[in-house]
Amino acid sequence: MSKKKTRRDFIVIASYSMGAVGAGAAIWPIINQMNPAADTLAMASTEVNIGALEIGQALTVKWRGKPVFIRRRTEDEINETRNVAIDTLRDPQSDEERVQKDEWLIVMGVCTHLGCVPLGQKIGDGKGDYGGWFCPCHGSHYDASGRIRKGPAPQNLEIPPYSFISDSVLKIG
Amino acid sequence: MYKYFIFIVLCFLPIQSFSAGPSIKGETIDWGFNGPFGKFNKSSLQRGLQVYTEVCSSCHSLKYIAYRNLSDLGYNKSEIKAFASTFTVTDGPNDDGEMFERPGMPADHFVSPYPNMNAARAANGGAYPPDLSLITKARGGGADYLYSLLIGYKKPPENLEVREGLYYNKYYSGNLIAMPQPLYGEDVTYADGTNASIEQMASDVTEFLAWAAEPEMEVRKRTGIAAITFLLIMAVLSYIAKQQIWANVKKKQA
Amino acid sequence: MKSSIPKSQFKNPVINWIDTRLPIFTAVNEAVGTEHPTPKNLNYWWNFGSLAGVTLVIMIITGIALAMNYTAHVDHAFDSVERIMRDVNGGWLIRYIHMNGASFFFIVVYIHMARSLYYGSYKAPRELLWILGVVIYLLMMATAFLGYTLPWGQMSFWGATVITNFFSVIPFVGEPIVNWLLGGYTVDNPTLNRFYALHYLLPFVIAGVILLHIVALHRFGSNNPLGIDIKSDKDMIPFHPYYTIKDFFGLAVFLAVFCVFVFFLPNFLGHPDNYVPADPMSTPAHIVPEWYLSPFYAILRAVPDKLLGVLAMFGAIGILFILPWLDRSPVRSAHYRPMYKIFYIIFIINMLGLGYLGVQNPEGIYILLGRVCTAWYFIHFLVVMPLLNIIETPMALPKSVSDPIFSSGSSGMAPAARRSKK
Repeated sequence: MSKKKTRRDFIVIASYSMGAVGAGAAIWPIINQMNPAADTLAMASTEVNIGALEIGQALTVKWRGKPVFIRRRTEDEINETRNVAIDTLRDPQSDEERVQKDEWLIVMGVCTHLGCVPLGQKIGDGKGDYGGWFCPCHGSHYDASGRIRKGPAPQNLEIPPYSFISDSVLKIG
Repeated sequence: MYKYFIFIVLCFLPIQSFSAGPSIKGETIDWGFNGPFGKFNKSSLQRGLQVYTEVCSSCHSLKYIAYRNLSDLGYNKSEIKAFASTFTVTDGPNDDGEMFERPGMPADHFVSPYPNMNAARAANGGAYPPDLSLITKARGGGADYLYSLLIGYKKPPENLEVREGLYYNKYYSGNLIAMPQPLYGEDVTYADGTNASIEQMASDVTEFLAWAAEPEMEVRKRTGIAAITFLLIMAVLSYIAKQQIWANVKKKQA
Repeated sequence: MKSSIPKSQFKNPVINWIDTRLPIFTAVNEAVGTEHPTPKNLNYWWNFGSLAGVTLVIMIITGIALAMNYTAHVDHAFDSVERIMRDVNGGWLIRYIHMNGASFFFIVVYIHMARSLYYGSYKAPRELLWILGVVIYLLMMATAFLGYTLPWGQMSFWGATVITNFFSVIPFVGEPIVNWLLGGYTVDNPTLNRFYALHYLLPFVIAGVILLHIVALHRFGSNNPLGIDIKSDKDMIPFHPYYTIKDFFGLAVFLAVFCVFVFFLPNFLGHPDNYVPADPMSTPAHIVPEWYLSPFYAILRAVPDKLLGVLAMFGAIGILFILPWLDRSPVRSAHYRPMYKIFYIIFIINMLGLGYLGVQNPEGIYILLGRVCTAWYFIHFLVVMPLLNIIETPMALPKSVSDPIFSSGSSGMAPAARRSKK
């Protein structure tokens, strides 16, 4: 009798468990549909023509819906960023670690504090106290290597994955 | 139990007849993608793409397909990139406010032959060549109808007057179609050496467009087999559970 | 002090704590649990109520997921649906479930209604239960129609055009009312936006009316295949575990059939023209409603006058509201009504006939058939049902569910229904 009862319970539990598993499996597409769709993922890389950019000029391009700052730095700017004592920095990183080619700095134009776009790309923009960028939201100052020097932001400006396809074509993503 | 299945089947009987589509019966092809285990034939899809690109695309757009989707046809990334870059895409506006042209990229959708619907109408004597992305879903008869139409250009009957700008087609509703015969045989040279007969090209491009309309088909059918198997096991198990739980009620009733 | 708090009976201390303060577990238990006594002789036709509830939940969940990816604008609606089908992760699955779910919701509800008609579940004291059901059915038709507009295909556009034009038959104010409904002179972007808003709203209204439907059901409990009042606790079993497992089995079978359509025949119940983007300048050759509205479309077309046609169509649905008073027979179940049983079968065939005729071209024999079937629809309700009470002699009813042996002479119907309590 008790053996029979156990088997009966097992089948009931097994069928309701299948129901639970099935419901779980069915809920997955509902959650997954909120992930980036195939067309969004396909736009994950973009190619930029940087041939026309002269020394000291900057260019902002959109990648994954966010601004990417491209700056062709002057000799002075490069030297200045390399003469900083690394251990005094909040997020210690040397300039060499942050660039592939000395002249070209490519960083995400998104403040690491709360996601505003810092100023310093356009002619006439203030570049902050360290000759890089200045975030107007909460006053973070970045240097010409995109490193955080002053203000609330915790990290240096993020470096997107990029590569130089040729001297004049940059691929971001 | 079986009573309910029969009932459900009966419910659908009257409906069967209204998805019949065009009244003219065309060819019925035993497509490889038919049936619950159906799959697209990759080499046929590739040949179909060639027919679309070299013949159909001069008038018909395929705007819901992106070049990146061609990975379904068995092409790899660099092949797709090379194929996409043979097309010219209008992009912009750039910083000067001008539209500019650039080579196509995998993320771009198939370039349309006309900039808009009115231009397409104007270039085709007032008849709009429909976008082909959904054509097998948007016509009653689906792939069979499309295939029939492509091979349906025959000599018109003697008593039929075919007006200027219209063409006789055996399988088109009303028999007079504004699309001139697209395939004559040997319109393309297949890379794999397949003989490009009218029937071969029609069948390849139909398979390609069936894929374009339902690129999810293979995944859909695979998922369906798994889901239904799961549910049937669950049904059997819960039926046994039900019989056991109900055993004492049934006994008392008897 | 502590002992004066009325305690709930649940073993689990957390559940007990919550239920003492907020008796939701008691409410669930009394609705579909061990505290809900149910007649023990319900057959499988009684599965379709809970199936309808499950289908509504499926529709709401998939609908919300689709809404996250859909764009309600005439220039983008069709494209956004294609993006769902092609680019959104699992989008094709969610859309095909929602599309076919609408049809299956109607299949389930039609069977649910047909069961009610056969076993007389609409009769006293369950008239309001039936009327709430008809309200749900009306709301479902409205929701389905609004939703069918959203993909912005040819059928969406012309279906919306035809159905909103029904209101133009209202004398004097018809035209302004149609313009008010559309937000313009034709179906256009304002129409699409308001249809989207209402399509999102109505399912929640349906859910609310379903709650009332369940409250009304629990007042007198379920009817049963014999149609007699339950007089003894012996004839009752608790909903859980008996009907939970039975409904669960039914659900598994239902979902398996549903999956056949979703995965293998996803567009079988749809129309190819709805994969052609809406074109306000050209109407498709055959415009047909979705199959579930087809019988009423057949009634509309059967009447050659525009005003009378629309009135007949709305009347055909409206007549369901007074059904409990048209059928005066004291016997509920058709099992014991030999004549009604025959007329019931004729009615069902007539209904399927109307459904078939609604999607055929109105020409030749179909016009005549459409009129005959329409006439019979109204005759069934307005003539046959009241008349049967006079001319039909019902068979003897059993005394109780446990004792289905015919007792001679006794009517077995206690006119005053009592609340079944365990």
